[in-house]
Amino acid sequence: MPSKTEAETLSEVLDLAAAQFQVPRADLSGGDDFFAKLGIDSLKALEMLTRLENHFGVELPDYEMQGVSDFGTLADRIHARL
Amino acid sequence: MNRYAGDTLSWAVSDGVVELELHRAPANEIGSAMLADLERFAEALPALERDAAALILHSRLDAGFSAGADLRELYHRMIDLGPAERQAQLRTFLERIHAVMNAIDATSLTTIAATRGVVFGGGFELALVCDLIIADKMTRFCFPELRLGLIPGFGGIPRLKRDLGNAVVRDLLLTGRSVNASRAHAIGLVSQLTAEGRSLDAARATARQILKFDRGTSAAAKEFVKPVPRAELAREIELFCELFSRPAVEAGLKRFVESEDAMPYLP
Repeated sequence: MPSKTEAETLSEVLDLAAAQFQVPRADLSGGDDFFAKLGIDSLKALEMLTRLENHFGVELPDYEMQGVSDFGTLADRIHARL
Repeated sequence: MNRYAGDTLSWAVSDGVVELELHRAPANEIGSAMLADLERFAEALPALERDAAALILHSRLDAGFSAGADLRELYHRMIDLGPAERQAQLRTFLERIHAVMNAIDATSLTTIAATRGVVFGGGFELALVCDLIIADKMTRFCFPELRLGLIPGFGGIPRLKRDLGNAVVRDLLLTGRSVNASRAHAIGLVSQLTAEGRSLDAARATARQILKFDRGTSAAAKEFVKPVPRAELAREIELFCELFSRPAVEAGLKRFVESEDAMPYLP
């Protein structure tokens, strides 16, 4: 049983993305396409993946992340491994 | 040549330590220009071994240590060639990069790869020739070649087998997944894990420790732990050339090169 709720996981994902890309936290929500919203490329996306792995203490195989572009789905994938 | 500043990399010797810095934008892709600079470095190694005891490889670029072989250049150089000429040029490229990798692998210097960001494919293979890998926590390691229908071609499989357990090697190779530095540390690939942006500092501190030891003794110790089966390296070149000739590989490379996908570093 994860120690946090899905909503808490999503909130932490958004906190980390806001800090990494220096955007106002209030501007981000679960439905946002992070590539479009943050204007990031693949290397920045990998960096975000690594930060998320380090923060949550999980491994996120990148092949599971292909096709994932919104914060909500990303948070779901993380939550499934907590 | 104790100091060199090229288009793709530079090196300098200071206080018994050679620092080789990669700086070919965007992500230190290893193509013909970097290969030529690496060959200059390999030629300089015997002289550097007289003046230094340790070698640190690192990257100046935020993107990371190296994203691996320059697949775009490879594709564009090969696409208009006939099968025989394509095979000949590919084999020559592989033999040249293997010679460089073998030279760094076999140097008497104690070698350290200080990594951050992407350490993918050929970049991973370059890190694997080093005695130690010191990674900051934002480093990711990956052998993505199977996604393109290829195997690592710069000596990666024999060196990975030398350094890690077979189950780990199978995981990295056969899934093509990237792993973070914490995982790489846990499996024994990374010798030291550092905070973000601090791997070069840790490598320099480690080099200072290495300088305290007798050079001949360090070199003698390396003789026991660095041999890599030359027959396997040669077989890797053969297999890579065979696989590269398949239409599926050309199609995969074309998709990769022309992709506007947001994840082009993950074919």
